Amino acid sequence: MTTGPAGQTTKIKLRYFAWVRERVGKAEEEIEAPADIATIAELMAWLSGRGEQYAYAFENPKVIRAAIDRNHVRAEARIEGAGEIAFFPPMTGG
Amino acid sequence: MSAPRVGGDPVPAIIRLQHEPIAIAAEVEKLVGVRKDVGAVVTFTGICRADEDGVPIAALNLEHYPDMAEAEIARHVEEACARWPLIGALVIHRYGRIEPGEDIVLVATASSHRQAAFAAAEFLMDYLKTRAPFWKQVESADGAAWVQAKSADDTAAERWSAPPPPQRDAAK
Repeated sequence: MTTGPAGQTTKIKLRYFAWVRERVGKAEEEIEAPADIATIAELMAWLSGRGEQYAYAFENPKVIRAAIDRNHVRAEARIEGAGEIAFFPPMTGG
Repeated sequence: MSAPRVGGDPVPAIIRLQHEPIAIAAEVEKLVGVRKDVGAVVTFTGICRADEDGVPIAALNLEHYPDMAEAEIARHVEEACARWPLIGALVIHRYGRIEPGEDIVLVATASSHRQAAFAAAEFLMDYLKTRAPFWKQVESADGAAWVQAKSADDTAAERWSAPPPPQRDAAK
């Protein structure tokens, strides 16, 4: 995550998996988010305002899990310094 | 892959993701190798059932987060090696399309005595179910549907992190 020149936006690489990926309609993307977005929960709220597909993907943020740089994190985790943030449903492997 | 260290002794660990079917006997043989101190090997194989909640299925499609899955499994193997006196540990998880009757996952743990091997294998499976970034999609006559996470799996994983039972209050 890098802060833009004027400090208003930050570049974040996002990855989506399973039905979150299907609803958003893409597996990954780079976005410019307002720099005042501090946490995973705030990022989800902001993403859901980006259009119908995002609103559908993040309609129930409580069920969505997140990872920062390939480590599980909670919704209240701070995103500052994140290289890659992933969103996905509860896992069903094994 | 990485060899987590316990008390300075590296524990051989095999962690791999693959689409190909798992050669179980050959993999387990690799785990034991030439060591003579292995007294117990527990292997668990997860197999694709022919039905999901009573509905016949054609296949499972397993999606995963490639960069994270191995790292997450390695973290849990490391924890298992710290909790039990293991001589070796192995986790192989398949991804992609898997048909009924085929293997999905192999967990094997080796130790001198059976208790550690049983417990560590169960611990690893419980964590794989809830923490390893894999998602199953069922392919059936009705189309494709994502498998719902089961709360029973969360409960199974939580018991390994549960605090010890509270001390009985003598005054009561």
